[in-house]
Amino acid sequence: MKFKRITIISGHYGSGKTNIAVNLALDLKSRAENVALADIDIVNPYFRSKDSEEMLKKAGIRLICSEYANSNVDIPALPQDMYSVTDDKSLFSILDVGGDERGALALGRIAPKIREENDFDMLYVVNKFRPLTKDANSAIEIMCEIEAACGLKFTGIINNSNLGPETKMEDVLNSLEYANEISRLTNLPIVRTTVEEKLFEPLKGKIENLYPLSMQKKI
Amino acid sequence: MADKVLMKGNEAIAEAAIIAGCRHYFGYPITPQTEVAAYMAKRMPKIGGTFLQAESEIAAINMVYGVASTGKRVMTSSSSPGISLKGEGISYLAGADLPALIVNVQRGGPGLGGIQPSQSDYFQATKGAAHGDFHMIVLAPNSVQEMAELTVKGFDLADKYRMTSMILADGTMGQMMEPVSLDFAVSEPIEKPWAVTGTKCERQHNIINSLFLKPEELEKTNFERYERYKVIEENEVMFEEYMMDDAEICIAAFGIAARVSKNAIDEARKQGIKVGLIRPITLWPFPNKVFAKAAEHVKQFISVELSMGQMIEDVRLATGCKVPVTLCNRTGGMIPSPEQVLEAIVKANNGGEK
Repeated sequence: MKFKRITIISGHYGSGKTNIAVNLALDLKSRAENVALADIDIVNPYFRSKDSEEMLKKAGIRLICSEYANSNVDIPALPQDMYSVTDDKSLFSILDVGGDERGALALGRIAPKIREENDFDMLYVVNKFRPLTKDANSAIEIMCEIEAACGLKFTGIINNSNLGPETKMEDVLNSLEYANEISRLTNLPIVRTTVEEKLFEPLKGKIENLYPLSMQKKI
Repeated sequence: MADKVLMKGNEAIAEAAIIAGCRHYFGYPITPQTEVAAYMAKRMPKIGGTFLQAESEIAAINMVYGVASTGKRVMTSSSSPGISLKGEGISYLAGADLPALIVNVQRGGPGLGGIQPSQSDYFQATKGAAHGDFHMIVLAPNSVQEMAELTVKGFDLADKYRMTSMILADGTMGQMMEPVSLDFAVSEPIEKPWAVTGTKCERQHNIINSLFLKPEELEKTNFERYERYKVIEENEVMFEEYMMDDAEICIAAFGIAARVSKNAIDEARKQGIKVGLIRPITLWPFPNKVFAKAAEHVKQFISVELSMGQMIEDVRLATGCKVPVTLCNRTGGMIPSPEQVLEAIVKANNGGEK
């Protein structure tokens, strides 16, 4: 998949957005020089891209993130340099948006400029094993809420269906029908099916656009 | 299992409450339990239930009082400072013998403290949630699966004994995601002839009240309530024992501290140290008997806690101070590491405290 200048990752909270965003940022860095991961989550004070700060720094990826992320300052703060995502046209960025429509509100702040430039993808992360997105209709309901809150339309779907460390090959294979149903109903392509690295080899060739994720952990 | 789902502990509590028949939730957002409310906000309207974000924790607990009076299953959730605010209402629920479920996903304190996990509301939950003579049944889950199962159990016990149950979790339990099976049995709701549901002029009206005009009557009610507590202490104690058969050192820990301790115990066992764990699942009633039994063959207890040492007092009481009970702790939102617990085990094995 070719990267647009801005790749927005959004979805239900707990769908795996941040981990995917970090992985995509590393991938993007291998194709572009000037890369940033912008964390504009205003919902969740935990499990932030800041957990991967050291690793990103080593990889030469700029982290745009509120200085209060992962701290006891539990306020919905946006990073002061978030506008470089839209204003610095030489910068390729992955945008990690907070969960649900509440999180997507923050994206609305820069949505007009993103729309105007029109060099972006907005990817909806889904997980069949999350109870509130367990079927196509409930996943689409949350998707529409996010679109209404931020004023941007999704351009693709990332199927990240997993049961954490208990995920088996069959779980991923069984999730394809679910992802296809969402794709059919929304007319959006499934741009990636993401799996933990250990499941990548066994599933290779069985799933289109299969993509291995290395798990980011707080150190 | 095919029917597992991936949930946060907070979500598991909310979904389990719905499975248990709870259709009324009142709360006010506070990290790290906000997902309970967020989940209820999404689910309740779809199943004909009521989700209401109250103007404060105090309002929420009094709404709980109202619904509990009608005999319906009802719950509220909060985190440490919010539970303190609910204190008055919790006491009124106890005084009126009303069943309800209260969830505390603890954070570091005192005061506004911080948003990282803690177990420093142990005293509050087990001994002094508010004014007056009363107890709550206090359940301490140590996995997302238990968050769900103990929620159902909490409702059942609350109804059975006409009192509040509390889920005493911590920020880690609330925030962590694990596969969970929601395929568990739910018991039939019991009759509540005391509930205020309208007499239809067919019976004497019921009164829900915690005010007593005569001290003799208040004393009598308190005595009767404590007789009921004795039955609970006899019948409802829950705990888990891990590698206790030949243990010479016993760790006491609940919630996330118990998970960390198990890792440390596995490592210590590899080094040949005979160490085990008693994990109280009910913090009230406290598993006194199993600790007393362990004190007959154990040379030292170590209480592992995310606090300055609160449960340690109950361990000392339960064991009659026969052998030393030491503390291995972190506080303020920090979690003991398996290495720290292992170090405490090794020290105990080398003679420990005299």
